[in-house]
Amino acid sequence: MNSVFSNKTAIAIFVLPTLLIFCGIVLVPIFVSSYYSVLDWNGVGKGAFIGLDNYVEMFKDPRALHSIRNSFLFAAASIFIQLPLSLLLALILASSVKGEGFYRTVYFIPVLISTVVIAQLWSKIYNADYGLLNTLLENIGLSELAQDWLGQKKTALAASFIPTLWQYVGYHMLLMYAGAKSISQDIFEAAKIDGASRIRTAFAITIPLMKPILKVCLVFSVIGAFKVFDLVYVLTGGGPLFATEVPSTLMYTTIFNTYRYGYGSAISVFIILECLVFTVIINKFFKTE
Amino acid sequence: MLSTAEARLPKRPQFIGKILLQVFLIIMAIVQIYPLIWLAFFSLKDNSEIFSGDVASFPKKLLWSNYAKALSDGNVMNYFNNSVLVTVASILLVLILSSMTAYAITRMNWKLSNTTMTLILLGMMVPIHAALLPLFMVLKNLHLLNTYWSLIIPYVAFGIPMAVFILGSFFKGVPREMEESAVMDGCGVYRTFFSIILPLIRPAIATVAIFTFLSCWNELMFAVTFINDTHFQTLTVGMMSMVGTYITQWGIIGAGLMITTVPTVLIYLLLNKQVQKSMIAGAVKG
Repeated sequence: MNSVFSNKTAIAIFVLPTLLIFCGIVLVPIFVSSYYSVLDWNGVGKGAFIGLDNYVEMFKDPRALHSIRNSFLFAAASIFIQLPLSLLLALILASSVKGEGFYRTVYFIPVLISTVVIAQLWSKIYNADYGLLNTLLENIGLSELAQDWLGQKKTALAASFIPTLWQYVGYHMLLMYAGAKSISQDIFEAAKIDGASRIRTAFAITIPLMKPILKVCLVFSVIGAFKVFDLVYVLTGGGPLFATEVPSTLMYTTIFNTYRYGYGSAISVFIILECLVFTVIINKFFKTE
Repeated sequence: MLSTAEARLPKRPQFIGKILLQVFLIIMAIVQIYPLIWLAFFSLKDNSEIFSGDVASFPKKLLWSNYAKALSDGNVMNYFNNSVLVTVASILLVLILSSMTAYAITRMNWKLSNTTMTLILLGMMVPIHAALLPLFMVLKNLHLLNTYWSLIIPYVAFGIPMAVFILGSFFKGVPREMEESAVMDGCGVYRTFFSIILPLIRPAIATVAIFTFLSCWNELMFAVTFINDTHFQTLTVGMMSMVGTYITQWGIIGAGLMITTVPTVLIYLLLNKQVQKSMIAGAVKG
């Protein structure tokens, strides 16, 4: 028995191919990116070592700082608008209302759809001349509110948050719903017997017991906001006039449009570190609480 | 006790509360689903109907020719086939590699098994941004840009951590006796794994397959960077070039977007319990 499951050849055959692909494609590139980030390099020939100059430049560049600010706003919108709504829906659905399964299925559909499709769809919704939003506003007599949502600086950023918030409400709802459902029914019975109202039960019992899943949702929404690329890239490309630019679209244009490989890599390393630091902070925060 | 608590709650407000709750849930359902219905509608309309200000209603005449045009002139058939090929290949490779590795880590005896697991799980934290430029350079030097491999290899590599995690936790739950009796009957490690253990974890295989399907089918950043030859482009990138070509022809664009979306939604409607479970399993990673 033991000799069969300690067979070194079998272990090598089972593990080595995976490890090779994984290390080569996922792990090693992080170090390569870090190396690129200290170079002044346009992809041709050898780059010149410039130390941390790329990072210094990033923190002085108003365009980069603006993109970082946007990603923080994105995270804030997700935390303060999306997550509360998801929590509300999850709590309602977990309290065995009629049509529970149906609503859960419907709310979740946008999660599965490609962000490219979502972005194209919303660019049509926002279309200044024929879009759904402006048509709707005109039909309910608010035509003075109709405008070119993605084409002007003051509305473009908020307009590019909304599709993401809309798309992933169902995702967080599902996770929170699973969290709420995994709480033992006895506790709710006890609360009911003590005469606690539904709302009190939610705040005093359900939500505190959902902490582990709320932590996961918080991490996902913050990290997701820092990494957001597809939606902005397709919907606005970062425009108008960089108004909706986020770090990953800036990274992309820096590398593939202006060929500043070193500077672009510095931005990508910044994104990784940012994600790592905030994951640790959120975990710490939930531990001490 | 129970009866007094219930007696304190008057019946009527509770009934009204239930109706208000249902109204709220229905409004949310409309918000979540109506944009997609709207997309389905305008994918069947011609420009004159869309631009006459009547963009929201059911199409007067179902214009299926939009779909035919998108598939042939819009090249969507080609994008679709590429997406299917890349996605299926990635799912198969992820399943083969990850199940073998997860098995060796959780069920076989060797010194570095825990270290290997930790290393692979670290991969779940790595955003693909980090790998984009280094991979681009490597693929360029190997002359692999504009091939299916330039997508399949990265998709597999980034799919491995989650898959090993999910499969590993299922392998842990298989009773030792299964393996013991297989070995007693004279099975070697390969036969035990492939014909006894693997069939036992079918639900986990389905979970990983669904997860990998969604991430490959919808992926954009690698696809837009590693491939610029139309012949090899997948749906996500294809949609972007199609929108550029048919700027004002919403019907055809809509048809393309629908073709991209329908497979995912169909799979979801057929397997919705399994899909929801997969997404939860993927999130709650310990």
